[in-house]
Amino acid sequence: MTWFTIIIAGIITYLMRMTMVALVDRDLLGERVKAVLAYVPSAVFPAIIFPGIFINDYGTFIEMNDPKIFGAIIAILVGYFSRNVIATIISGLFSYWIIIFLL
Amino acid sequence: MLTKKQIFTKGILAVAPHMFSVIPFGIVCGAIGIELDFSPVLVYAMSIIIFGGASQIVFLQLLSGGASALIAVTSVGVINSRHLLYGAVLSEYLEKLSFIKKLLISYLVVDQGFAESNKFFQKNKNETHLHYHLLGSGGTLWVCWQISTLAGIILGSFVPEELGLKFAVPLTFIAIVVQDIKKLDHVIVMITCGLSSLLFFDAPFKSYIIISPIIALFVAALVLRLKK
Repeated sequence: MTWFTIIIAGIITYLMRMTMVALVDRDLLGERVKAVLAYVPSAVFPAIIFPGIFINDYGTFIEMNDPKIFGAIIAILVGYFSRNVIATIISGLFSYWIIIFLL
Repeated sequence: MLTKKQIFTKGILAVAPHMFSVIPFGIVCGAIGIELDFSPVLVYAMSIIIFGGASQIVFLQLLSGGASALIAVTSVGVINSRHLLYGAVLSEYLEKLSFIKKLLISYLVVDQGFAESNKFFQKNKNETHLHYHLLGSGGTLWVCWQISTLAGIILGSFVPEELGLKFAVPLTFIAIVVQDIKKLDHVIVMITCGLSSLLFFDAPFKSYIIISPIIALFVAALVLRLKK
């Protein structure tokens, strides 16, 4: 049963990936829609970023002095000025670890 | 004009830095599956069949918590519905591919690959073999996802929870959007999405992950209208 469920979940996920690429003619989308689509990264990724920082594994809000907030601020600063993905991730993780393990 | 191989390599190099987040998350994902008492083969098969980190974890947590198969499948569908938006953006650049190639390349579209290839596409619209970038980025993510979830399955409970490795996920996406914080319109869209995601976090089936982008895109449309 679990196998069957996984396969259905996989097919649905694949359909989400495939539909707009293969089945929908792009000319159906008007110029205004295309202009709005340019915002997709900015409109989607914060929905992963914000809960990943502000909500803990139990689904509740973290305290405002949580080390993840500090880690995220460091990552934003390092990322903005270095323009480097590795530096962004590593600086965020390390500043988070420094607080939880050393302080 | 770049060759296929050059573009493919650029795709690999563009997502390579994200491995600092993808690999820890893959390990956590595999380890959680084992911790929840699912068979290793099943946990691993999800990485091939579903190939979507967050949705794989939610799926297993729901089933082990006693949720029905319908709820688990619906949640995976809702979480992964954001790929409709990625597809809509990418379709412009994949238009010329044959139907079969479109079907095949779709399987490889995941968050970081979409983000990095889309950045490349915007700057190199006139290249002929654009889709090789997506093959490079998506293929690299696929291989690393397979290896890292497998590693998590083998390591299982040896992965220390205190490390908070899941925190690598928001960081990798911060790296993707952080250069856009100098543009006011993008900042407005990002904050709208982020605040909506917190506001709707408890909505059923994890639907905050698609509700907040839709709200943010409406705000983007408003911003565009005001700019004119």
